[in-house]
Amino acid sequence: MMTLDPKIPPGPLETKWDRRRFSEKLVSPANKRRIKVIVVGTGLAGASAASTLGQLGYEVECFCFHDSPRRAHSIAAQGGINAAKNYQDDGDSVARLFYDTIKGGDFRSREANVYRLAQISTQIIDQCVALGVPFAREYGGQLANRSFGGVQVSRTFYCRGQTGQQLLLGAYSALCWQIERGQVTMHPRTEMLDLILADGHARGIVVRDLVTGRVTARTAHAIVLATGGYSNVYYLSTNASGCNVTATYRAWKQGAAFANPCFTQIHPTAIPPTETYQAKLTLMSESLRNDGRLWVPTAPSDNRPPDTIPASERDYFLERRYPRFGNLVPRDVASRAVKSLCDEGRGVGPGGQGVYLDFSDVIEQQGIDVVRERYGNLFDMYRRISGEDAYRVPMRIYPAPHYTMGGLWVDYNLMSTIPGLFVIGEANFADHGANRLGASSLMQGLADGYFILPYTIGHYLATAKVPLLPDNHSASQAALERVTSRVKKLLDAGKRRTAASFHREVGRILWDHCGMERCETGLKLALQTIPALREEFWRDVAVPGSGDAFNQELEYAGRVADFLEFAELLCYDALHREESCGAHFREESQTADGEPQRDDVRFAHVAAWEYRMDGPPVLHKEPLTFEFVQPTTRSYQ
Amino acid sequence: MKFTLKIWRQQGPNEKGGLATYEADEIGPDMSFLEMLDGVNQRLILAGEEPVAFEHDCREGICGSCSLVIDGVPHGPDRGITTCQLYMRRFSDGVTITIEPWRARAFPVIKDLVVDRSALDRVMRAGGYISVNTGGAVDGNAQLIGKEQAETAMDAASCIGCGACVAACKNASAMLFVAAKVSHLASLPQGKPERARRVTAMIEAMDDEGFGSCGNLYECEAVCPKSISVRFIATLNREYLRAGIVESGVPADPETPHAESD
Ligand SMILES: Cc1cc2nc3c(=O)[nH]c(=O)nc-3n(C[C@H](O)[C@H](O)[C@H](O)COP(=O)(O)OP(=O)(O)OC[C@H]3O[C@@H](n4cnc5c(N)ncnc54)[C@H](O)[C@@H]3O)c2cc1C
Ligand code: FES
Repeated sequence: MMTLDPKIPPGPLETKWDRRRFSEKLVSPANKRRIKVIVVGTGLAGASAASTLGQLGYEVECFCFHDSPRRAHSIAAQGGINAAKNYQDDGDSVARLFYDTIKGGDFRSREANVYRLAQISTQIIDQCVALGVPFAREYGGQLANRSFGGVQVSRTFYCRGQTGQQLLLGAYSALCWQIERGQVTMHPRTEMLDLILADGHARGIVVRDLVTGRVTARTAHAIVLATGGYSNVYYLSTNASGCNVTATYRAWKQGAAFANPCFTQIHPTAIPPTETYQAKLTLMSESLRNDGRLWVPTAPSDNRPPDTIPASERDYFLERRYPRFGNLVPRDVASRAVKSLCDEGRGVGPGGQGVYLDFSDVIEQQGIDVVRERYGNLFDMYRRISGEDAYRVPMRIYPAPHYTMGGLWVDYNLMSTIPGLFVIGEANFADHGANRLGASSLMQGLADGYFILPYTIGHYLATAKVPLLPDNHSASQAALERVTSRVKKLLDAGKRRTAASFHREVGRILWDHCGMERCETGLKLALQTIPALREEFWRDVAVPGSGDAFNQELEYAGRVADFLEFAELLCYDALHREESCGAHFREESQTADGEPQRDDVRFAHVAAWEYRMDGPPVLHKEPLTFEFVQPTTRSYQ
Repeated sequence: MKFTLKIWRQQGPNEKGGLATYEADEIGPDMSFLEMLDGVNQRLILAGEEPVAFEHDCREGICGSCSLVIDGVPHGPDRGITTCQLYMRRFSDGVTITIEPWRARAFPVIKDLVVDRSALDRVMRAGGYISVNTGGAVDGNAQLIGKEQAETAMDAASCIGCGACVAACKNASAMLFVAAKVSHLASLPQGKPERARRVTAMIEAMDDEGFGSCGNLYECEAVCPKSISVRFIATLNREYLRAGIVESGVPADPETPHAESD
């Protein structure tokens, strides 16, 4: 029977983390040398964890499917990273960052975790500066800040439009140092395809060398998954094309609980999709909403060019509906507003899938140079993709799947329900509740990797004392067998349809029925169609080539196969949550004027799902209690 | 639109490769170059043939995965972009496009258009870092860094490690890559203590990996998707010279005598 013990330290919020660190057992320096830890993933979370564990003296084996650790999806983050430094003296504090994050997540995260995240945020900036991250500076030499969606203080640190890249290069360089010192062994182009479990503990992983196709078992005293999020289950998303759910999903099938899978964030400002061949959606940074104004023509089928439509015939819908926050409402609120307008037939551009994001006012007030300095690279990017000049005509934007708050369930120590299996970064569910605020994922990844996991894993290693699994143990053999038979099955299927066509179809099902708005009938329909599609996949998928060579199509088909199973879990979770909270909007649960209705009596819990081989997943609930803040209606009106 | 593609096919590192011809029909001008290749691959897969292997991930010009030589030019005809940021509207209808992998001794082909760029990682390992432990860092504002200095560091740091500079250079030199990293760290106070050791180690690793020497032709800058300036190569040369002086025991910077030799 699965139990969910969040292991939150008792006592005042402010000192929980200190006390936990004090009460944890430590591994003696001499013993660390003899302890092996596997880290899967080299994004911000994985690279910071692997380098810090190496520095502490553990023997670390680190894996990623990319050709270099530096290419993890984290590089794509543009906007910035939050920290409660209060350098601007504008009223920020740890308590405020904590409150904003809890409220932004619509009171579906743990107070203790979020408070710790806010506390650690300031250390992250210091650490990154020490590693040579070239943050933007003021003329006087101090670190610069910008404000970012959904909050009223300026606490976001940034490196031009390349914050993720620069933070990752910082963590990657720290990792390089540990590799050079021999503390970390790096295995790029190596994909984890299963988890090895023995006596109830995580003991190793099965990996496939993507160049040679060799499948092997790797064992360790503890396993850390830092494998990122699963937005690509929707096919079109802002994520890099390689992002996938395989590592966490296979761990789920071995018994790790998956928490809140239906909490998926749809970002309001991406470039609208145009054609069926489209491979991905490109994000336009949220920072654009600081100066850009969203609008559509007031009259539904007004096809005039935007600059000829007078202000009186424009509907600045966010400013109208949410006068206090205007264009800066959180992502979920903005996305839903955009989609519902487009669904009403009031959208602009091809297929009516888009609204204007207009900079003409700020250009008029502050000059084109100011706008160019702030957003030049984004405007260039927009022009390259759409062929339009946003300095002269408004951008068109439309929501896109972007980030997944759900992930493997972890306790306060970031350990999953499988002892010895830790999960960090976007891959876990921990800190963002039902909705993530902008610039807080980079913060969480680095908090987990640099500052939390390296402590908490020590306690497990010092107390569990599980030996290394002997070579050729039956558990490893069984896991190897699972992987090789699956590879064979993919290669042997009917070769009638490409993996991409299945991916696109399951993505469409989810977008329609488990996207921004969900309802019981739609979800039930999705739950009926997905298994049939999956069956067709295993019968008909076309994977050319062989398993013992470099084979990109085989890699991809394996990931799509997992998406086809995982999609169902997402729908089960969305179906169970009969409330609207954060990014999860149930049509049945809204107020008369269309605002979401949360249900704290029935749903103030984390939904953690357990895999069952012979039937639907089983739900376990971790109740969320609020001792320090009072859940309020998250109103931005 | 319609194109004839001549694409480099090579089964493996030790196999002989060659150009094969494919037709790409019904291509829209708003399609990206990689989406066009996706289309070709979908057809190949259904025909039971192996799709063309090529690298990509972010598809927005930041991860440095995509790496195609298009009509002889790394990342294709436009300046300041990666392959994934190239759109078909850039090409005239009906033309023939040749697609090849990065070519350099230090980048062996893995398959078709995919090459092994791990040499760049090994150069980084040799010294492309500041060796500070996690924890205990001083406040981020403890050391003020002027805006211009920070901007210079950022200019250099914006390298995405794609290796186009190497592919463009007739000596397959990695000077621009190394210059970018060395200049980024050398221009920040945090990077100063290890300046000399870093530049020496990275240059040595670069030579060991089989990258050639710089011929001052500046082809690297022309293809760099982040338009990293060759003036950083001058910085690199200066840093290298300076390191030689430091190692010889003579004070390199009069204002901080013996800063690194003790
Ligand atoms: C376009 C875009 C912009 C963003 N902007 C911001 C922003 O401004 N601020 C912010 O805070 N957040 C932002 N985010 C979110 C943020 O970038 C991500 O949530 C975060 O970087 C995730 O980091 P990670 O370390 O958890 O995972 P990733 O960076 O996704 O790393 C995953 C790693 O796991 C490896 N991996 C995965 N599966 C396997 C496997 N099976 N075997 C082996 N290796 C595997 C990969 O190779 C990779 O190394 C943005 C996201 C996107 C898409
Ligand atoms: S695919 Fe990432 S830079 Fe081109």
